[in-house]
Amino acid sequence: MSMGWHWFVVLGLLLSLAAMFWLLFANRQRTSKGTTGHEWDGIEELDNPLPMWWVGMFVVSMIFTLGYVAYYPGLGDFSGAGSWSSQAQHDAEAARHEARFAPLYAELGSMDEEALAQDKRGMQVGRRLYLNHCSTCHGVNAGGAFGFPNLTDDEWQWGDSYEDIRYTLVNGRVAQMVPWGAALGEKGVVNVAHYVLQMSGQEHDAERAAAGAEQYNTLCVACHGMDGKGNKLFGAPDLTNDIWLYGGSLEQIMFTLNNGRQGNMPAQSDILSDDKIHILTTYIRSL
Amino acid sequence: MTAEENNYDYGVVRYFAIATVVWGIVGMGVGLLLAAQLAWPALNFDVPWLSFGRLRPLHTNAVIFAFGGCALMASAFYAVQRTCHTPLFSNGLAWFVFWGWQLVILSAAITLPLGITTSKEYAELEWPIDILITLVWVAFAIVFFGTIAKRKVEHIYVANWFFGALIIGVAILHIFNSLALPVSLTKSYSVYSGSIDAMVQWWYGHNAVGFFLTAGFLGIMYYFVPKQAGRPVYSYRLSIVHFWALIAIYVWAGPHHLHYTSLPDWAQSLGMVMSLVLLAPSWGGMINGIMTLSGAWDKLRTDPIIKFLIVSISFYGMSTFEGPMMSIKTINALSHNTDWTIGHVHSGALGWVAMVSMGAMYHLIPLMFGRKAGEMYSVKLINLHFWLSTLGTVIYIASMWVNGLLQGLMWRATSIDGTLTYSFAEAVEASYPGYYARFVGGAIFFVGICIMAYNVYMTTQGKTREEPAAPATPMLEPSSQQGVPA
Repeated sequence: MSMGWHWFVVLGLLLSLAAMFWLLFANRQRTSKGTTGHEWDGIEELDNPLPMWWVGMFVVSMIFTLGYVAYYPGLGDFSGAGSWSSQAQHDAEAARHEARFAPLYAELGSMDEEALAQDKRGMQVGRRLYLNHCSTCHGVNAGGAFGFPNLTDDEWQWGDSYEDIRYTLVNGRVAQMVPWGAALGEKGVVNVAHYVLQMSGQEHDAERAAAGAEQYNTLCVACHGMDGKGNKLFGAPDLTNDIWLYGGSLEQIMFTLNNGRQGNMPAQSDILSDDKIHILTTYIRSL
Repeated sequence: MTAEENNYDYGVVRYFAIATVVWGIVGMGVGLLLAAQLAWPALNFDVPWLSFGRLRPLHTNAVIFAFGGCALMASAFYAVQRTCHTPLFSNGLAWFVFWGWQLVILSAAITLPLGITTSKEYAELEWPIDILITLVWVAFAIVFFGTIAKRKVEHIYVANWFFGALIIGVAILHIFNSLALPVSLTKSYSVYSGSIDAMVQWWYGHNAVGFFLTAGFLGIMYYFVPKQAGRPVYSYRLSIVHFWALIAIYVWAGPHHLHYTSLPDWAQSLGMVMSLVLLAPSWGGMINGIMTLSGAWDKLRTDPIIKFLIVSISFYGMSTFEGPMMSIKTINALSHNTDWTIGHVHSGALGWVAMVSMGAMYHLIPLMFGRKAGEMYSVKLINLHFWLSTLGTVIYIASMWVNGLLQGLMWRATSIDGTLTYSFAEAVEASYPGYYARFVGGAIFFVGICIMAYNVYMTTQGKTREEPAAPATPMLEPSSQQGVPA
């Protein structure tokens, strides 16, 4: 804050309060003369004194204010005698929270996967961690949603080993299906889509699928493989089953081919401790 | 009517008074639909311009600026003439204010459902409408202050200070918050960005409450309460002190809307602590209103208009206590973003703003249609309206308190392992009983204003309902304190 604004705030506040004290002092008269003698449209005014309880309340609140801005930030740049800040308050509360639950997480975190998966309390904690951190995208029942993988089936885009899932949680994942509309051409998109329908055992146009296979084998094969089984290294999904992240209809496959898809699983390492990630990994593998 | 009164410009007051009732029904009707949509989401009908997100600003604009604005302008144009003992400075300009303001309202009613919005709360209207508002407001200022300038009495009555503060305060707030770069007729970008934009917005937003919904309606209170009660204003000194205190302190309180955000700590602290100071200036108005009625308590039995006024002042006192409490950071951490805020707003909006306006309109409308004071078509229907309004308000705010506490507590509840116990959707699910109850409260309140509209219509037709005479005089003479005006 510039010096000008600093003093604007300081003087604005102190002069306002000073004016209020003066206003109360200037109207300190304790007796009443009856009416003020003014009259408008039949309305008169009595000259009653200010109620003392009200004056007291006003004065106390202003004295409290002076004390408050002496201790807390408020007077412009002056940070207050108490050196309080909302960031520090947040950090202290977060640290207290962490410390309070650290023993529980240390205990669960020290169990190996097999033992933890058998531990009823551990899996309850895992479920609650899941509900707090994962359910917004993957659903309360972990069934996933359009664009968000189902965690209860056997299809694992990035692998299902303990290490794979732990890696996904810690670092996040970015999947990149580039748009192929320009490279394939309008007809090519339709043909490749029919080939994908064929691979997944759906109804398709055999002639178009055959034409699409050629283009598939030059452009798509690098990630999805000759057999269309995908590649966990790139998070390229298996195209041969009936599990679809972005829909398996002709229109949806064509949309994906034309526009590409960008899957993004955010990294959790800044949010969750190692112990919590261990518990979550175990819980997700148990689903 | 005296010869002097015959010269007063009442035509525009009459129109504003009727517009108050009409826009009240529209604004509250939309509010009722919104309450129903929250309880039964299917009522969004998958139609964009019927969806909650677009109708919500329509509701707030309609009740604040259409209903509230017309009530304020009717009262200000009425009271300023009677307390300055002179006709309006310019009757023609006053008519421009009326039709200009109706055009603003109409533009809002069209653009907001279409999704044309600046997305600034209570300032959603796009720049061409903002310019129209400015022109109308300047005309309002010229008529009002021009009338003050040619007054035939030496002193300016306290109600006019508050109306004057409303006009000047809202002008400044509106202009600075609405500064924007237009890119097309229906789209503009605020000149502010980031947390500065948020701060300017809530400096505006909170002081719209302060200068529009508080100062303006205190102006209504200061004219209509002593007039209806036939009592002098309790304390001239108190009115001076709390007027200046309210003006000086209110402008600091905006940041309490932005607790625990990226707004710098110093601004949040100041916003909070000055909101606490604001309690006393706010209550100054309540004390003066209630103490003015003191000595006329017997009228509560016979005069439902007095009931409207006293209950509105009570709700004013309650919500101006609740506000500072909610601005305390630790309480705000629980209440922020919950339905408690909605409840707080409506204890002010229904309990204070709407009820004091209704009281004022019941006082003013018979006089505007050539009848004697208090000669509405039916006093019994005023009484019924009063009870519906009070009951509706209480049900509304109580259900929102319960919902607010429930949501705040569910959001922060943690399990034995430190994880959150509830998902957001679970808190929504738990809020449904409150949503149903809020709908019921709102519906009761809405029925009330429909009855008012009927009563007003019959009054304008010169009809009077046959009703038994008012109850017998009280057994004891009301204690006569100093200076009851003749």
